[in-house]
Amino acid sequence: MALYNKTAHELHDLLQTKKISAAELTADIFSRIDEVEDKIGAYLTLTRDKATDTAKLVDEKISRGEKIAPLEGIPCAIKDNICTKGIRTTCASKILENFIPPYDATAYAKLAAQNSIIVGKLNLDEFAMGGSTENSGFHTTHNPHDLERVPGGSSGGSAAAVAGGEAVFTLGSDTGGSIRQPASFCGVVGFKPTYGRVSRYGLVAFASSLDQIGPLTRDVTDCALVLNAICGLDEMDSTSTAAPVPDFTKSLVADVKGLKIGLPKEYFVKGIDAEVETAIRNVAKKFESLGAEIIELSLPHTDYAISTYYLIAPAEAATNLERYDGVSYGARVDGADVVEMMTNTRTEKFGAEVKRRIMIGNYALSAGYYDAYYLKALKVRTLIQKDFTDAFKNVDLILTPTTPNAAFKIGEMTSDPLKMYLQDICTVPVNLAGLPGISVPCGVNKNKLPLAFQLIGKALDEETIIKAAFTYEQAL
Amino acid sequence: MKISEQDIKTVASLSRLRIPEEEKDDVLFQLNKILTYVENLQTLDTSNIEPTTYALPMQNVFRADEVKPSLDRELALSNAPLKEDGYFKVPRVLEQA
Repeated sequence: MALYNKTAHELHDLLQTKKISAAELTADIFSRIDEVEDKIGAYLTLTRDKATDTAKLVDEKISRGEKIAPLEGIPCAIKDNICTKGIRTTCASKILENFIPPYDATAYAKLAAQNSIIVGKLNLDEFAMGGSTENSGFHTTHNPHDLERVPGGSSGGSAAAVAGGEAVFTLGSDTGGSIRQPASFCGVVGFKPTYGRVSRYGLVAFASSLDQIGPLTRDVTDCALVLNAICGLDEMDSTSTAAPVPDFTKSLVADVKGLKIGLPKEYFVKGIDAEVETAIRNVAKKFESLGAEIIELSLPHTDYAISTYYLIAPAEAATNLERYDGVSYGARVDGADVVEMMTNTRTEKFGAEVKRRIMIGNYALSAGYYDAYYLKALKVRTLIQKDFTDAFKNVDLILTPTTPNAAFKIGEMTSDPLKMYLQDICTVPVNLAGLPGISVPCGVNKNKLPLAFQLIGKALDEETIIKAAFTYEQAL
Repeated sequence: MKISEQDIKTVASLSRLRIPEEEKDDVLFQLNKILTYVENLQTLDTSNIEPTTYALPMQNVFRADEVKPSLDRELALSNAPLKEDGYFKVPRVLEQA
């Protein structure tokens, strides 16, 4: 029985009823990895021995007749910017090529505590900066649906692993769309929780006011299960929220009757692919036929979101990445004095996109430009957030495309960074406003490439998103 | 031009980066393109708008000032590129007397 493409909740039932063993399941995933990883390249590190040990532990528990947790014994993988004690964590950067974290990220620790089986660490754009994994310092991941195309990014390895059967679910991180966009390109479900829902402790910082960890899964049910496992207040992250965490599986109810779903007109303008637009309009019709009310609305500052994001995120990144100085961890390239050592290290070990963002960030923060760039962006962030606050007075959810087009070809955008940035138009406003958002597959285009819609919810209202996404999924 | 060659040299130096001669033109071109694009923010009147640094309400988180176990010294040094006698080691900072 092929197990590698089943959902976590299906596998949980098979494990608990002893129809399969965790050892068997883990072996099946690794044989799938051995078969396809050459072509997909989702991983940076595999943790075969550790996975085998955990599987054994889970099987012993099951054989003793014990109940197992929902994700216990389920093979999963972790984006390589999430710290895993004793397991190399590179951020796909040469500067952290040999970094072995001395501690666990909280989100990972919660999965490990549940005996989820960690298969390995996943590729990304260096320090999560990019939308294609082409900025990885090690290799580019290929989209399992078309190997000549990108899987999206920065959590490209996380999305490709789930789509390619190389992990049942994965963790990614989302600063401007880095979970939702690759989920869209690879035809899987991707969820960015409300800012603060999941502890960022141990997530290597890119832009601290925007970063959030979240799941990539095969269906909405698995998404709810992973959220249940990773959400919650953490004393190690002062920005994590004390808001009570609901049982998200209670929202797996197929019912959108009376739900008000907004369709913002700014997301259906120039630059959006015709097939994407048709797909999203069909999703709206589907929701309508299921009893939801579709309401056209406006988010007037959408056009300013890319500029706002590409000033704030680089400014925060420039500050966060100061720590890579060749002193306490990471690579060092020698120099005659301390400054030369630091300059040599950073010049040689950071990739082009990371350097570009550090430069933009430091420029936007520097004396004489701070008010015109950084402070201006923070003020426009207020306006973008207000757009959502106003919209949510009239609707429960907002429906948009996740991306303006399906997965593009490897190499298609690498020569034009700005063009690549404009790809993020549908996802960055959500991070700027700190809101939760999901990407859900909705069919394929004429090239058989996955298309997806995004549902944006009110702050801390992941439940309504899950309910609507589940309803759509069940109606297919 | 939003940003000059001299600006780039200054920002690179502040960022502890060096731009190789052969990459200078491309860096100048790309940064100018991006900084020109973000100019659209200047068309918005934000004179009465407060800046947002965090999207959700944030407050200071306090805890009791108690000594608790922290990262073991050896572990903390385990990723150091160069160490000696329990310290991180860097090139000489002070001139010899």
